[in-house]
Amino acid sequence: MEKKTPLVEMKNISIAFGGIHAVEDASLDLHEGEVVALLGHNGAGKSTLIKILSGAYKRDNGKIFVNGEEAQINNPRDAKKYGIETIYQTLALADNVDAAANLFLGRELMTPWGTLDDVAMESETRKVMARLNPRFQRFKEPVSRLSGGQRQSVAIARAIYFDARVLIMDEPTAALGPQETAQVSDLVRQLKKDGIGIFLISHDIHDVFDLADRVVVMKNGQVVGTAHTKDVTEDEVLGMIILGKCPPGAIPGPGAIQAAAA
Amino acid sequence: MTDMAIQAAPQGASASATGPVARFLKATELDTRMLGMLGALVVIWIGFHLLSGGLFLTPRNLWNLSVQSASIAVMSTGMVLVIVTRNIDLSVGSLLGFIGMIVGVTQAQYLPELLGFGHPMIWVLALVVGIVVGAIVGGLQGYIIAFLGVPAFIVTLGGLLVWRGAAWWVTSGRTVAPMDPTFRLIGGGPEGAIGATWSWILGIILCLAIIAMLVSGRKQRRKFNFPLRPLWAEGFLGFVGCGLVLGAVAIANSYPWPRGIVRRYAEANNIAIPDGGLFIAHGIAIPVLVAIGVGIVMTFIATRTRFGRYVFAIGGNQEAAELAGINTRWVIMKIFILMGILTAIASAISTARLNAATNAQGTLDELLVIAAAVIGGTSLGGGVGTIAGAMIGAVLMQSLATGMILLGVDTPLQNIVVGLVLVVAVWLDTIYRKRVA
Repeated sequence: MEKKTPLVEMKNISIAFGGIHAVEDASLDLHEGEVVALLGHNGAGKSTLIKILSGAYKRDNGKIFVNGEEAQINNPRDAKKYGIETIYQTLALADNVDAAANLFLGRELMTPWGTLDDVAMESETRKVMARLNPRFQRFKEPVSRLSGGQRQSVAIARAIYFDARVLIMDEPTAALGPQETAQVSDLVRQLKKDGIGIFLISHDIHDVFDLADRVVVMKNGQVVGTAHTKDVTEDEVLGMIILGKCPPGAIPGPGAIQAAAA
Repeated sequence: MTDMAIQAAPQGASASATGPVARFLKATELDTRMLGMLGALVVIWIGFHLLSGGLFLTPRNLWNLSVQSASIAVMSTGMVLVIVTRNIDLSVGSLLGFIGMIVGVTQAQYLPELLGFGHPMIWVLALVVGIVVGAIVGGLQGYIIAFLGVPAFIVTLGGLLVWRGAAWWVTSGRTVAPMDPTFRLIGGGPEGAIGATWSWILGIILCLAIIAMLVSGRKQRRKFNFPLRPLWAEGFLGFVGCGLVLGAVAIANSYPWPRGIVRRYAEANNIAIPDGGLFIAHGIAIPVLVAIGVGIVMTFIATRTRFGRYVFAIGGNQEAAELAGINTRWVIMKIFILMGILTAIASAISTARLNAATNAQGTLDELLVIAAAVIGGTSLGGGVGTIAGAMIGAVLMQSLATGMILLGVDTPLQNIVVGLVLVVAVWLDTIYRKRVA
């Protein structure tokens, strides 16, 4: 698997907000059917790095490659063109419109007369929701009236409906109960089987070891190190997150070298 | 069952939903909020009718009411989209005055010099000039709001002063009159109405359109196996919809031309006036037709186009809309361009009705327009609002004004009442929303 061209490769990415380096010289890659977890404290730069990939932020430096070719990602629309879909931590749903309108937001189905085809969109939404959340019935209501789990499934449906090849999940289970969390885990495994590459941002280190093939740890905007989950222990990963100390099983990044020097 | 439900429906919004009412509302899928507003309108109308000793609900008063509401109603449809995206436009009244002056000068001075007095294209060109100016001014304000990031409140507050001053500048304050005779038809009056026959034809076409919409909607739902409305509910909606349309036509058609105009018309056309007087009906006024047309087009834009969907999505969650790949800035700029165009149409209506363009025209209109949209259920918190609601809101505001004039209420007291109604209406709406959510 290592020899194949990675699905996505981010090289030497940097971004600063008003002099603060939110992400500095970060590199990571993702292969087909692989789950890579991004770990780190709040403010470590995980979400920022991933928002660069999804087109929400514009990077100051660095390159992004998709299937080995350099990709131009300057806005969310570009990212979607490359099959990169994102489930944001905030879900990014328009609360005042219904599930179908959210699912197709920005990519509406149109009738031959150039008007919105609401009936077709609702029908498609019913199909994909039947797969994700079979008991879901509230298609006509604005999503603000849905429960946390239902809103989550709308956000997930939106990400997987359009044949995503790379899926970014930013804290996908933060707002969910145990049963719904298990559902999301099942979904991740199924998508992995379908050959989709997944970036998983999570705080829950048990979840990560359960689902991820590799972990990338970030601290202060830099990558501390990358490791296969089978080569490191949970304690070692915690050491990476908290101290920036890179264990022997991991490949050190720029963040680790700095920590060692200090 | 149906009869009972009809009786109960208007109270549905205020009273707690009992069995048959709830079932009726569910079956017809009617918006309880809209029903509540129509109920309030009916209460106001009947109240003024009783208080004025039977002067309010007359064909003449209702016809005038419809003409007077048209200008505000046209602008309120655009204000809905502006407010839905959590912006505001305080400049529409001044802009109406500015465009009115330009349209007036164009048709009273420049075009007659260029084309000759009474040229048949004058009214078209003047209207086009007005709409282009509206679009440019709206676009300019929209650009500053969307791309330069200045809050809409400030930009349009500046616009309120700038365009009022500009309106004065056009002729250094001189009133422009008279307008082109064809242009004046946009403003209403005996000639500015389409007459009885055409009113009936139009009413019947609208009825057929309502029925066609119900039938095609049902067909679509069946195609995708969605739950259908019960047949009696479809029948009820069709019956009430057509009844309202034809009722409005009947009222417009029972308001006759004034005797003097009939006499002149008869002399001009060599018609002998019979003993009982010649009855020539106004029919529906052209400004009202314009407003209805604008309402239909704007409803279509808001509910059936991508642009409309994006407007509401931006109002619900601007960040989400951006992350979904929507060019939110461009959408907001387009909203203000649209608002400018609608202001131009409203300006044409009010200039034509006045048969003059003055630099004070439209003063305080921005507040009436915003009030109409808000009373019509547009939430200042963004994301919620309907075109039809705003138009009903405009009629409601105008009904209050007309009714109080009929009752001989002093102007200061009129303002007090309108102000109180606005606050109470929004307060009731807040309570309603809390209960629904």
